[in-house]
Amino acid sequence: MKHPSSYRGRLLPVLTILVAIVSIWYVAAVFMNAPFQRDLDRRGNVTRTTAEFVSATFSQPKPVLPAPHQVAQNVYENTFLRRVTSNRSLVYHSWVTLSSTIVGFTLGTLLGILIAVGIVHVKALDRSLMPWIIASQTVPILAIAPMVVVVLAAINVTGLLPKALISTYLSFFPVAVGMVKGLRSPEPIQLDLMRTYNASRAQTFWKLRVPASIPFLFTSMKVAIAASLVGAIVGELPTGAVAGIGSKLLAGSYYSQTIDIWAALIAGSVLAAILVTIVGVAGRIVERSMGGRPA
Amino acid sequence: MKRLQHNWQPLLAGVITAIAAARLPLTLPEAANPVQGGMMIALVLLAAVTLMLTLEGPIPRAAVLFVGAHLPAGLLLAGLSGNEGQMSTAFFLMIAASWLLAWACVSELSQIEPRSTAASWFLRLLIPAIFGAWILVIWEAATRGAGIPFILLPPPSAIAARIAGSLPILWADVRQTIFKAVLIGYVIGCAAGFVVAILADRFAFLRRGLIPVGNMVSALPIIGVAPIMVMWFGFDWQSKAAVVIIMTFFPMLVNTVAGLSAAGSMERDLMRSYASDYWQTLVKLRLPAAMPFIFNALKINSTLALIGAIVAEFFGTPIVGMGFRISTEIGRMNVDMVWAEIAVAALIGSVFYGVVALAERATTFWHPSIRGG
Repeated sequence: MKHPSSYRGRLLPVLTILVAIVSIWYVAAVFMNAPFQRDLDRRGNVTRTTAEFVSATFSQPKPVLPAPHQVAQNVYENTFLRRVTSNRSLVYHSWVTLSSTIVGFTLGTLLGILIAVGIVHVKALDRSLMPWIIASQTVPILAIAPMVVVVLAAINVTGLLPKALISTYLSFFPVAVGMVKGLRSPEPIQLDLMRTYNASRAQTFWKLRVPASIPFLFTSMKVAIAASLVGAIVGELPTGAVAGIGSKLLAGSYYSQTIDIWAALIAGSVLAAILVTIVGVAGRIVERSMGGRPA
Repeated sequence: MKRLQHNWQPLLAGVITAIAAARLPLTLPEAANPVQGGMMIALVLLAAVTLMLTLEGPIPRAAVLFVGAHLPAGLLLAGLSGNEGQMSTAFFLMIAASWLLAWACVSELSQIEPRSTAASWFLRLLIPAIFGAWILVIWEAATRGAGIPFILLPPPSAIAARIAGSLPILWADVRQTIFKAVLIGYVIGCAAGFVVAILADRFAFLRRGLIPVGNMVSALPIIGVAPIMVMWFGFDWQSKAAVVIIMTFFPMLVNTVAGLSAAGSMERDLMRSYASDYWQTLVKLRLPAAMPFIFNALKINSTLALIGAIVAEFFGTPIVGMGFRISTEIGRMNVDMVWAEIAVAALIGSVFYGVVALAERATTFWHPSIRGG
C-alpha cells in the first residue's frame, strides 16, 4: 500500500493542530490578561486603542498567561545567552535534573530486569511478588517523594541520590512488567527446540529468552525514562528550590514568575522528548544489529 | 541430593535455629525487660522443620510450615515490647529462620494446583498476603529490634497506631483530596478525552493531527502545570481538579482512538451489509470492541489522578488535603503521620484500581484475557 505523500498525509494535520493550539493560546492570553491590564490602565489614566491594548496584554512582566513569544524569548535568553554555569541558565537546571534522571533510570532499569529474571525463573516469586509489584503502582508513589528527600537529608544523604531513588522507584515498574512479558515471549515450539538441543537453562536464557525480550525492553524503557524524569522533577520540589527544573517551577510559583514557570515547563518537555527519542533510536539500532527486520 | 536441593530453606532454617539456640537469650544483657522462652520458640521452629521433612504432599507440608513460621514470628515480635534496640543476634537469627520457613511455605503453596475455582482464588490471595505480611514482620523486627531511628523509618505498629489515633484528620484530608479534586477531575478528564476521541474518529484530519501531538504529550512531565493551575484557579480543590483533568485527558484520548480501530474488517463489513450508519456501527460494534483499551486508560488514569492531586497540593492548598498534610508534617518531622497518609493513599489507590478492574470484568466479559482467566 502506498502512503499518501508525507506532507499532505502526516505533516499538514499536525501543523494545523499546532497552529490551532498557538492561536488559541494567543487569544486566551488576551482574555486572561485583559482584566489586570484594564485595571492598570484605569489607574494610570491611559486610554488605548484596541490594537495597543492587545499588544499590551502580550508584554506584561507577570502575566496570568504569558504569550507564546514571551515564553520563547525567555527560553532563548536563558538557554543560549547565559553562561551554562549561571544560576538562571536553563541548561544548568536541565543538567541537574537530567543527571538524577539518568542515574535513577539506570538503577531502575537494572532493578526491573533483575526482578523480571527472578520472576520468570522462580515460581514462588512469580506468585508472591507480581501482585505486589502491580499493587505498588496503584499507589500514588510520588507522594513519598518529599519524605524520601527530607528523611535522607536528615541522615546527611543529599544531592543526587535521593532524587535518583525516586526516579528508580518510578522507572523499575514498566521495565519489570515489560521484561517479564518479553522473557516469556518465546513460544513453546521454540522452547521445545532448545530442549531438543539439550540446552541448559542458562543457554536457553541467553540464546533464546534474552534476544526475544529486546524489543519489549526498549518499549518499556521509553515509558521508564519519561517516568523517571517526572520523578526527578517532583523530587526537586521539597529540596527548598536549590537547582533543577522542579525547583525552578517551585520558585516561579512562589514569586509569581509565570514566564519562568512556562520556560521551565518547556525545558522539561524538550528534555523528555530528547530522552524518549534517544531511547527509541538506540532501540532501533540494537534491533537492526541483531538482525531484526523493520515491521 | 534432589531432596536436599528441594528442601534447602527449611534445612537452612534448622541450622540457623540451632545456632540461635546456642546464643540465647533473645535480648542483650542490659535489656530493660528480658525475654524468657527463647528455647521454646527454637523448639517450635525445629519441630516444624522435622515434621515438615517427614510429611509428603504440598498441602500438609505447607500447613505445617505456615504455623511453624508465623507462630514463632508472632512470639518474637511480642517479645519486642520494652526492649527496643536491645535485641541480641539470636533474635534476628530466629526471625531469619522463620522467614525461611515462610518462604518454603510459599514455595509449597505455589506447587499446589487446585481443581476448584474457589481454592484457586484463595491461593492467589494467600500467597501475596504471606509475602506482604513478611515485609511488615521484617520491617517491624528491623526497626524496633535494631533501634533504627524513628525519623528514618517508623515501625508499622506505630504507623497503625497513628492511623487509628487521627482518623478525623485523615478523613478530612481524604474528603478534600479524593472526593473533591480526584473524582471530579477524573470524571471530567476521562469524559473529555473520550468525547475528543470520538470527534477525532469522525474526522480523519483531526485524528492525524491530534494523535502524534497526544502521543508526544503523554511522554511529557505534565505534572509541571500544577503551579500554573494553582495560580489560575486558586488554592482550593478546583486547581487540583484542573491538574487531574489535564493529566487524565491524553491517556484517554490516545487509548480510545487506538481502541476504535480494534474492530476487525470482517465485522465492519458485516455492519455495512446490515446498512448500519456510522453511529450504529460505533455504538454496537466499535465501542464494545474498544472497551479493553478504554479500561486500560481508566486504570492508568486512576493512578495518575491521585498523583496529580497530591503533587498539585505541594504548590499551595487550604490547610487540609493529603498533599498538604504530607508536606507540612514532614517539615515537622512527624514521619509517622506522613506514613499514615501514604498508607491511606495506597489503600485508596488500590481500591480505586480494584473498582475499575471489577467494572472491566463486568463489561468486557467476552474478551479472551478474562474469559480464559
